[in-house]
Amino acid sequence: MAEIPILGVRGVGKTYALGEQRIEALRGADLVVRKGEFVCLIGASGCGKSTLLRIVAGFEPPSTGTAEMWGMPITGPAPDRGMVFQDYGLFPWLTVRQNIGFGPAARGRPRAEVKATVERFVELVGLGRFADAWPHQLSGGMKQRVAIARVLANDAEIVLMDEPFGALDAMTRERLQDELLEIWQRTRLTVLFVTHSIEEAIFLADRVVVMEPGPGRIASAHTIDLPRPRDVASPEFNAIRRDLGRRLHSHHAPKAA
Amino acid sequence: MTGTGIEGGAGALAAPARRPAASGWLERTRPMLLAMIVPALLLALWQFATTQGWTRLIPTPAETARYMVDFAVGGVWDDAFSATLHVHLLASVQRVYGGFALAALVAVPLGLMIGRILLVRQLLDPFLQLMRPIPVTAWLPLSMLLFGLGPRSAFFLVFLGAFYPILLNTVFGVRSVEPRLFEAAAMLGCGGRAQFYKVVLPAALPSIFTGLRLGLGLAWFVIVVGEMTGVPQGLGAVIMDGRTLSRTELVICGMIVIGVAGYVSDRLVVALMNRLLRWSPTHAA
Repeated sequence: MAEIPILGVRGVGKTYALGEQRIEALRGADLVVRKGEFVCLIGASGCGKSTLLRIVAGFEPPSTGTAEMWGMPITGPAPDRGMVFQDYGLFPWLTVRQNIGFGPAARGRPRAEVKATVERFVELVGLGRFADAWPHQLSGGMKQRVAIARVLANDAEIVLMDEPFGALDAMTRERLQDELLEIWQRTRLTVLFVTHSIEEAIFLADRVVVMEPGPGRIASAHTIDLPRPRDVASPEFNAIRRDLGRRLHSHHAPKAA
Repeated sequence: MTGTGIEGGAGALAAPARRPAASGWLERTRPMLLAMIVPALLLALWQFATTQGWTRLIPTPAETARYMVDFAVGGVWDDAFSATLHVHLLASVQRVYGGFALAALVAVPLGLMIGRILLVRQLLDPFLQLMRPIPVTAWLPLSMLLFGLGPRSAFFLVFLGAFYPILLNTVFGVRSVEPRLFEAAAMLGCGGRAQFYKVVLPAALPSIFTGLRLGLGLAWFVIVVGEMTGVPQGLGAVIMDGRTLSRTELVICGMIVIGVAGYVSDRLVVALMNRLLRWSPTHAA
């Protein structure tokens, strides 16, 4: 008997109606993610990577195919699939503590338990000193830490991340990548991570899934066997980077002279 | 992962920039002094115009001040209006806050429903949009017929004046909640009706407060019109009586009291707003 994967996507397509036009954002995507895996979706804009992520999150139903978690069809957003948005999506009227406690409180956990959970995850992401600050008082990196902490505090089994570090400066991005890997290794989370940075994908992922535009689809998947922590300057790393880079760029139409 | 790094450690709270501690007395009182310039110039112009005989119908600032004292505590003229300020002020304040409170009580829940429920929006929005261009003052004759000559008519006009700004801003606040926040709430396990209290209401609060502030301002605006309908007491009534009796000083005193009362009540709302909306970068005091 085949093992049921945490996430199974079969033949998933998505077509949007834009006025009279129909736009096919994603066609026939197949993807299996095993528990504890760190998978990166990478591709140029319009390749359907965010669409796929939003379908897995349950924000949008697929037009064709099925998306399943533990073999059960995904019918809508749920706490077992936590989403981290590029623009954070924090509640501006709640403090760091209250944002992290939002999920557990909304699901009716006892107050004492919520409080203990919040303290644990405030510490996990190193925001102890800013626990009572409001989001507008935080830097982008701190906001994204809160966004990660609030899905972890809500017992997410899969963390879906939509270019979460795309709006951050390079130093903050590298730091958050390290921290994310540390959390992932410690908690054995499953992560599905959308990015357009080849380096970020190779640095983070067990497996990199390359997507192509026009219509959006999965082109190839690559297991990254490099030992962790990975050195972005090593020859092995750069060999993979060159290989993936070629695959990504070969899909682009040649520029007109 | 600890908070000792670049981000968590050195990155101080990006609080709104505070000016360095004021160095001297002048530096501290500068904003106040600047704010006084225009009123002082106007006062000087008033003084000049009345003493130079440009007009004989308007009393000088000094005369007006004496009338104001008489109006407030009596002892100068001791006529029907002496020492009656508190009576009129209290009557107006009751109507302003009564009409305003009723307007808020109706307009906020109604605005929340119009913004959130399609059926209610389709049912009420066209009607309310059609009624909105009718100025409150145009309702005066009809409200006298409906509510009679007296305080109830004034109350109704204040209600009507405060109603629309509160309603429209509440609807706007509900309609402009960032869609991302609904997604964030849904994936955290807060869906359906719970989103109303956990997302819509707090997200719409800044707009609701803007509406309340505008509504209260309009309530003070409308009270004079409302109290023209034959009520014996109220600042609007004082102004109308002053006009009928050709007592311009009384008219000016009434205007000043309304201005000050409206200003004070606006500051109260702003203080409450800044307290409740501390989380908002545009409201943090």
